Amino acid sequence: MSANVQAIESYRNSFLKEVEANVEEGDWVKMCMQCGVCSGSCPLGPYWEHPPQEIFMLIRAGKREEVLKSSSMWMCTSCYNCIARCPRELPITHIMHGLATYAERLGMAPKNQPTRKFALKFWDNLTKKGRVNELKLGVSLYFMNGFVEGIKTALKAMPLGMNMYKTKRLNPMEYFGGHGVKDTSGLKAILKKAEEIELAKLKKTDA
Amino acid sequence: MAKKEYSFYPGCSSQKGASGSNYQVSVDAMCETLDIQLNHIPDWNCCAASIGYAGGGELPRLALSARNMALSEQAHPDQDIVATCAACWLATRETKERLNDDEELMKETNEALAAAGLEVKANKKVRHMVEVLIEDLGYEELGKHVKKPLEGIKIAGYVGCQTNRPFGIHGESFENPVYLDKLTETMGAESLPNYEKKVQCCGGALAFSEPEKSQDLVKGIIEAAYDGGADMIVTPCPVCQMNVEVYQDQINARHGTKFKMPVVYYSQLMAVAYGSSAKEAGLDGNIIKAKQLEDIAGK
Repeated sequence: MSANVQAIESYRNSFLKEVEANVEEGDWVKMCMQCGVCSGSCPLGPYWEHPPQEIFMLIRAGKREEVLKSSSMWMCTSCYNCIARCPRELPITHIMHGLATYAERLGMAPKNQPTRKFALKFWDNLTKKGRVNELKLGVSLYFMNGFVEGIKTALKAMPLGMNMYKTKRLNPMEYFGGHGVKDTSGLKAILKKAEEIELAKLKKTDA
Repeated sequence: MAKKEYSFYPGCSSQKGASGSNYQVSVDAMCETLDIQLNHIPDWNCCAASIGYAGGGELPRLALSARNMALSEQAHPDQDIVATCAACWLATRETKERLNDDEELMKETNEALAAAGLEVKANKKVRHMVEVLIEDLGYEELGKHVKKPLEGIKIAGYVGCQTNRPFGIHGESFENPVYLDKLTETMGAESLPNYEKKVQCCGGALAFSEPEKSQDLVKGIIEAAYDGGADMIVTPCPVCQMNVEVYQDQINARHGTKFKMPVVYYSQLMAVAYGSSAKEAGLDGNIIKAKQLEDIAGK
């Protein structure tokens, strides 16, 4: 490393470097030019604690806790509007997913954020048998805020569930087994190996 | 035209008793008319559908789609991969492009796949069914098979997000795609070219976790269709279909609206126009009945 490069590195704050090293597509963060098109284009824009444009600036300002503990990136609906419109072509959707993954790995994601809970349940559900079990996913979702709340939510959702059942778009028997891949052990081995490779690459940070 | 064959990735929602099962029924009817053979990728798995990121990191999520591609390469080496679900298509195509762009990612993905004795090249085209219809057959060919034009029905083309961004259908704009309108007109129905919510997000998976926020988006999508005088909405995406159709009761209860807007798939329009019965077109799977389509199918 040349003296000049070393000097530049020392100016850059460590959280930006951490994001560049450990977050999916994180090396794009520095390219944001703060135009705000992403924030204005987001369907849930008004609900973000810090819309994407602010998240990028917060990362560059070294605001590690504000970013990783934020509910912001959990508001992403994956509509890709921001990606389609960003003048610098930042893969914003992926960076938001990546920040969410990273915050979750560090145990910093807000525990009761509903999309975080749903996303965790979705992953557990699909990795169990290799295909989504919509019924179990739905039921687990109703009960994600505890049993009493779950009964209330489930009752409220009853007419919808009955509609889905009557049109054969929901099968109660899915609760006892349901669809899945044949080679579940192979699929699980692939996922385990992929996670091992990824975790081994995470750079330790001083923070 | 000679029979066309594709390596088909149906996706979780297409399965029997799942939320998009009637989409699959109508696709099968449509493909029979068009002499398209869909060869299912053996033992395909879920793609993680843009919401797996809390539990699954980047590489595990890419590995899911890579496994499907590897299985497709083994079973149908000379056939493009085709998906009907927007999320399945997006995840698979994204994986293909990222593996092609990044040697290290390709190496790591193959290291993971080796745990199940698989290897991926990621050299196949990954296409949405709509691309097959438009690019491999073309509107003229699609129109030739119309037996029962969908006359007198006005249909709002709701393209949504993931069949439109970031890839979209070749030659279409992100902000104002027109292929659904063209398909609708090819089937003899009237389209709504100025449908301003055509690429508005429905909330996607957040319909489950943030229902009120998502339903506010859906409310706008339905209102704009009514404002344009539409009889029904057509969509190419199973998540769009479900989110826009099934919560109308809840939206009505919360906002005092009186929505009762049928939401159908392009393949249902085509199956009916091609002469299928209501059942073959999966119309029995619609919660809000598309009465005008049922009537034409029953003639």
